[in-house]
Amino acid sequence: MKQPTPSFLKATLAIASKDLAAEFRSRELLSAMLVFSMLVILIFNFALELDVKVRQSVTAGVLWTTFAFAGTLGLNRSMAVEKDRGCMDGLLLAPVDRAAIFFGKAISNLTFMLVVEAIVIPLYALLYNETRIFQLEFLGVLLLGSIGYISVGTLLSTMTVQTRTRDVLLPILLFPVAVPVLLASVKASGGIITGAEFAEILTPLNLLIVYDVIFLAVSYMVFDAVVEE
Amino acid sequence: MQARPVFLKILDYLSIIVLGVSTYLALVFAPTEAVMGDVQRVFYFHIGTAWVGLMGFVIAAVSGIIYLVTKDMKWDRFEVAAVEVSTVFFFITIALGSIWARPAWNTWWTWDPRLTTAAVTELIYIAYFMLRAGLEDPEKRARFGAVYTLLGGISAPITFMVIRLFRTIHPVVIGSQSAEAQGGFSMTSDMKVAFFFALFAFTIIFIDMIWHRIRLGNLQDNVEQLKLKVTM
Repeated sequence: MKQPTPSFLKATLAIASKDLAAEFRSRELLSAMLVFSMLVILIFNFALELDVKVRQSVTAGVLWTTFAFAGTLGLNRSMAVEKDRGCMDGLLLAPVDRAAIFFGKAISNLTFMLVVEAIVIPLYALLYNETRIFQLEFLGVLLLGSIGYISVGTLLSTMTVQTRTRDVLLPILLFPVAVPVLLASVKASGGIITGAEFAEILTPLNLLIVYDVIFLAVSYMVFDAVVEE
Repeated sequence: MQARPVFLKILDYLSIIVLGVSTYLALVFAPTEAVMGDVQRVFYFHIGTAWVGLMGFVIAAVSGIIYLVTKDMKWDRFEVAAVEVSTVFFFITIALGSIWARPAWNTWWTWDPRLTTAAVTELIYIAYFMLRAGLEDPEKRARFGAVYTLLGGISAPITFMVIRLFRTIHPVVIGSQSAEAQGGFSMTSDMKVAFFFALFAFTIIFIDMIWHRIRLGNLQDNVEQLKLKVTM
């Protein structure tokens, strides 16, 4: 008898929804990411003395640094859970395409990051009376940047949980490779906040899209090599 | 242990000779640049080491891909050799550039696109060694290393393009010069001799070093296998 194999999309969504269901029951990861984000912003507040003038130029940088740090926290945790409880072996034994595991994990990681962003952005706007971040373009850049960061982050965290130094290693591997996403996002969202011409924002935006497409494709292709035992 | 092959011995001596000749050409033969003076002589080795450094990173990314396809450990040793030698050469490039920048730009370091990209690239390959150090299984080490060199090889050019959106003062000696560049010059024919010889010399030295590193990698493998035999 032939085993029924679920379609690629079904398998991807199943893995993502299992992560989301587990997370929305325990809320360990999201609460850690949120509290951590608020602490980072608090530290920036005093370290950079975020008065009205400074905020003009650094809001995009502060927000992206916060999300990058909180992102590594989430990526580490979400993969460590799979590894420690032996769930990864279960996933690998499942009769699904390995790439579905990658996309499933990437979708759940992206959701966590977007949820954190959706809470931190209004809070930042409230704390600093910065309503210019509620622009559709700004949110679009946020989404594109998060996709690029999470796609390469999911791949690298799958690698780092298997190493001896695990949690320490992820930011060290991820940050230099993710520099283009972070810089392009800061450039684009900074331009949007200060009301720059659209032509000025277009180049970083294009690079962001290029990065997203390339790294999603590469991560999809090499994920097999990272999980095989 | 096998003796050094004859060709490698020849390459060793050749490396020493070309390094000597290249030093002579850069320090004595090439004319002194009119504006910057003697410090411009750093340029020949700066480009020479940068050339082999970048070439090595590309070679590493390519051999990483070949490893992922063939799963032959030979390509992993080639990749490690290329990354290791290139990381050192690339560091020399950055140090020499810094020595030149102090009199030319009046600063040791500036966050120019090329400089920033160089720094990020160097960090990627340092991270690569940390990744390998964290893994014990040689086969897994090879796979993860190959994936990471591939990611690094793709990310570095995009980094360069992104940072160029900010601005640049790095001179472009070959090709078109940007209007804001400071410290550019055009080469005389004697300078070109020194320049192209430096490229040639460092290519020879690079090949020689990679060859030695691959032999070292083979030895390490043998030692690991012998250790396994003893413990079994």
